[in-house]
Amino acid sequence: MRLTTFVLFVLSGYWCAAQKMTAEKTFVSFFSKASIEDIKAENTKAMSIFNSETMDIVFSIPIKEFEFDKALMKEHFNEKYLESEKFPKATFAGKVSGFSKETSGEQAATAKGKMTIHGVSREIEVPGVITMEGGRLIVKAVFKIKLADYEVKIPQLLWKNIAEEVEVKIDFVYKAP
Amino acid sequence: MKQSLWLALMAFSLPLFSQDDLLKELEQSEKPKVEYTSSTFKGSRLVNGQTVEAKGKGELEFIFSHRFGAINSGSYNLFGLDQAYVRLGLEYGITDHLGVGFGRNSVDKTMDGYLRYRFLRQSSGARNMPVTVTAFVNGAIKTSPEELPVGQIYSDRLSYTGQLLIARKFSPGLSLQLMPTIIHRNAVDKTKEDNDLIALGVGGRLKVTRSIALTSEYYYRMNLKDGNQFRNSLGVGIDIETGGHVFQLVLTNAQGITERAFIGETTGDFFAGDIHLGFNVTRSFQLKKAK
Repeated sequence: MRLTTFVLFVLSGYWCAAQKMTAEKTFVSFFSKASIEDIKAENTKAMSIFNSETMDIVFSIPIKEFEFDKALMKEHFNEKYLESEKFPKATFAGKVSGFSKETSGEQAATAKGKMTIHGVSREIEVPGVITMEGGRLIVKAVFKIKLADYEVKIPQLLWKNIAEEVEVKIDFVYKAP
Repeated sequence: MKQSLWLALMAFSLPLFSQDDLLKELEQSEKPKVEYTSSTFKGSRLVNGQTVEAKGKGELEFIFSHRFGAINSGSYNLFGLDQAYVRLGLEYGITDHLGVGFGRNSVDKTMDGYLRYRFLRQSSGARNMPVTVTAFVNGAIKTSPEELPVGQIYSDRLSYTGQLLIARKFSPGLSLQLMPTIIHRNAVDKTKEDNDLIALGVGGRLKVTRSIALTSEYYYRMNLKDGNQFRNSLGVGIDIETGGHVFQLVLTNAQGITERAFIGETTGDFFAGDIHLGFNVTRSFQLKKAK
């Protein structure tokens, strides 16, 4: 009996693995509105896996791959604010609720889990929209991040240039295995 | 029984480990990429001389440099503050690696134009490259005195510099640079100098906070003739960065700000107090989108 259980458990693991979907297209952007200058950046190099069985979702965003309008902004972003040499990635590991893979079309869902930016981890909850569309799954979310929450420090002289809160947009397209 | 045990196993094992495992799996599935080192130095100038840093594409930098007189010139000259030489310069990034610049220094009313090309970038990951290497070439003309001295032709006023700038960022806080240099002067006092001057520069940057760094630079001239009255240039500085500006406060025994002047024609003895206070201020403008 124990053996059977074990075999079943191992099998269940494989079965779950079969539900893992890897993102084939990712888009992450952020936008910071401030009195002097709006700052925006885009990144298409993020990676993500969504397990539609366990509802686990993880993603990893390489900080150095954010592209800005100004070369100097990118340099400052990496060198001074996000310190990408020390903390090369922002990651999220969490669970999706409110989504059923049996339902097609748009569904409002929530992901709850651990966001790590600039080496600081926080539990967050992100509302989003998941769409099933012909073997593809599209996850979209817009949420706000407070820089202070992740110990991203802005020099006093620059505070008018950089908002304390930035709006992050993610848009992942997964292909079923 | 079997069912419940299975369920219990599922319930306990998966929620506990699966997300972090999944994150690990995601990171392992990543193909190794080339990770380029950025921001080896704060700006395009170390103290007097160049760094490996190239401007980003479409970035225009205005460089205003200033060297006061020697500190040991006494209170009559307000320790050098009465006298000052400036260089006004512009540099533009044609690509992320190729830049063009020009400027005018009031020392000998020298005009200079240059090209810089970064052809190797320090990287790790899929490609390991220990150093960043930039080639720098300039041409400069002394337009003073206004009347050409008797026996000289106009091209005697020209000089050319070729430099390899080789730098390594050892850590986010420490970068070092070597600068093998050759300077060709069309006309020199042949009893004291050759037309070609070979020098080796060394320099570095040590970050103190994320906006402040200490810098230093020394150029050792290698092919000297007896009777050469000039000295090797030495400089130390503090880099302060605020937004689009880099403010460099320097102390150096050189007063000229073009390569021929500070590498080849420095007269001051740093340790005898012939020290010039100076600063380089840069302001960047993005003329074209970086992407």
